[in-house]
Amino acid sequence: MAEPADLLDDRTQEVMTVNIGPHHPATHGVLRLVVDLEGELVRELAPVIGYVHTGIEKSCEDKSYWKVIPFVERMDYVSYFFQMEAYCGAVERLVDLEIPPRAKYLRTLFLELNRIHSHLVWLGTTALDLGAISMLWYCFRERDKILDLFEMAAGQRMHTRYFQVGGVIEDIPLGFEEKCRKFAEEMPVRVGQYEALLDRNEVFLQRTKGVGTVERERLLELGVTGPLLRAAGEPWDLRKAFDYLAYPELDFKIPVGTVGDNYDRYRVRVAEMVESARIVAQCLDKLPDGPFIADDRKYVLPPRSELPTSMESLIHHFKLVTEGFRVGPGEVYYSIESPRGELGCFVLADGSAKPARVHFRDPSFVNLQSFRDMAVDSYIADMICSLGMLDPILGGVDR
Amino acid sequence: MPDAPGLELIRGEIERDRPGAVLATSFDRGQAALIADPERILDVLAWLRDEPGHRYDFLSSLHVADYLPAEPRFGVHYELINRDRVERVRVKAMLADPGDDALPAIDSCVDLFPTANFQEREAFDFFGIEFRGHPELTRILLPDDYVGWPQRRDFPVGGEPVTFTYNERNYG
Repeated sequence: MAEPADLLDDRTQEVMTVNIGPHHPATHGVLRLVVDLEGELVRELAPVIGYVHTGIEKSCEDKSYWKVIPFVERMDYVSYFFQMEAYCGAVERLVDLEIPPRAKYLRTLFLELNRIHSHLVWLGTTALDLGAISMLWYCFRERDKILDLFEMAAGQRMHTRYFQVGGVIEDIPLGFEEKCRKFAEEMPVRVGQYEALLDRNEVFLQRTKGVGTVERERLLELGVTGPLLRAAGEPWDLRKAFDYLAYPELDFKIPVGTVGDNYDRYRVRVAEMVESARIVAQCLDKLPDGPFIADDRKYVLPPRSELPTSMESLIHHFKLVTEGFRVGPGEVYYSIESPRGELGCFVLADGSAKPARVHFRDPSFVNLQSFRDMAVDSYIADMICSLGMLDPILGGVDR
Repeated sequence: MPDAPGLELIRGEIERDRPGAVLATSFDRGQAALIADPERILDVLAWLRDEPGHRYDFLSSLHVADYLPAEPRFGVHYELINRDRVERVRVKAMLADPGDDALPAIDSCVDLFPTANFQEREAFDFFGIEFRGHPELTRILLPDDYVGWPQRRDFPVGGEPVTFTYNERNYG
């Protein structure tokens, strides 16, 4: 009879290729992983993507500028406000349109609410992968409050089409400020409760500490941005680095980690939620009065109330809705800090009313390249944990 | 962003060390771009990455645009960041369409910037740009047996015919 040690040797010498996904709850979307396993150890790994490629970038070339917004929202379906901001910001830079201060603050407010929302989805699903089922319910409870706020302001819970070229579509309604302020006060308390559940949970700590570590230099080589890079100790955040929207006027910190393991990634994102709640509160405090959308009738729809009385408004309205506005030839790359890292939007204009090229530099797509470094030579269970901590949104990866 | 004079200074320094590698500059809407000779793109990228005092060592995005009907029609864009000075610069290489079924080609920068791996594969997938020296230049988002380069401007927006076998079998 064979000794247990011999059995173990036999088992570890055999390399088995296993296909995980594309339809698997632990891959957080339609991601397929081809994994070479030696026993329980991952020896080689290749992500296979493209299962939800829908040709959004090509479709955008066939739409007038303002009709592109709902398309791009649907790329990364968890952080739709960021896609809108990247696209609208790029077009505003192409046509040299300055947005009013109130619009800047409103956009910042909704971006940060969206950041909290995105991190909540991440925290709930990733904790679920590690067996902490209750986290999912708690996180989605708070997420629902954010969706209520989105619904209040924009009429939609997801894919709101709230940002427009030139500002935002509508001012926030009565009662929004009070509800939002209450949320911003409550959120740090809730984050404290999440930490109480996870931070002293022995299972969670053992599953995340020292797992999936990637060096800072390697992450930079791989072009990784966002919380993954900051968890490794690199304080790189586009909100601080490049001035856009109201961020230069707000007071917030950039949380960074030390070693860059999965625990640091968790800590950085959780700390970011608290900072985002602070930004939301500051935006409400400092919210300037004035128009919420630019007053340039060549690019922005005239107010509805003017249409029955003003012929000129009607003409502008008709032109904008039928043909859209034309943009002079040029190209712009505009990038912002999304919950996953640098979200860049490249727009090429050829003088017509439709963009000649819309390209999104999606952070999930680029960050996914670091997954091999995180998971090779770790246990397959830790690979699932690392994938959750990587937080890829496959709608954004595949576009 | 370097401002317009700053961009010219960078161009002058590259011209001193790598004569002829940069063909022109453009400064449009506050964004600085160096237009590089596609045959010497690695010279320019390596200089920007390694030159002390510049160190544009973070490639944030690599993407391609089709400028049809302009010639040369394909523009390969490299968005570089200098994280110390917090500056961006774009390097652009224009590639002509060689005609027939031949693919326009440019050297792969995966050795300089490993992050370009997926992004070059994406550019190959959608525009049919061949990146010479890329370790694994295959389609990444589209199926391996896909024919054509769909993001090119002369690729028609159509659709694949959908066959409803159930309907055909029962009602056809």
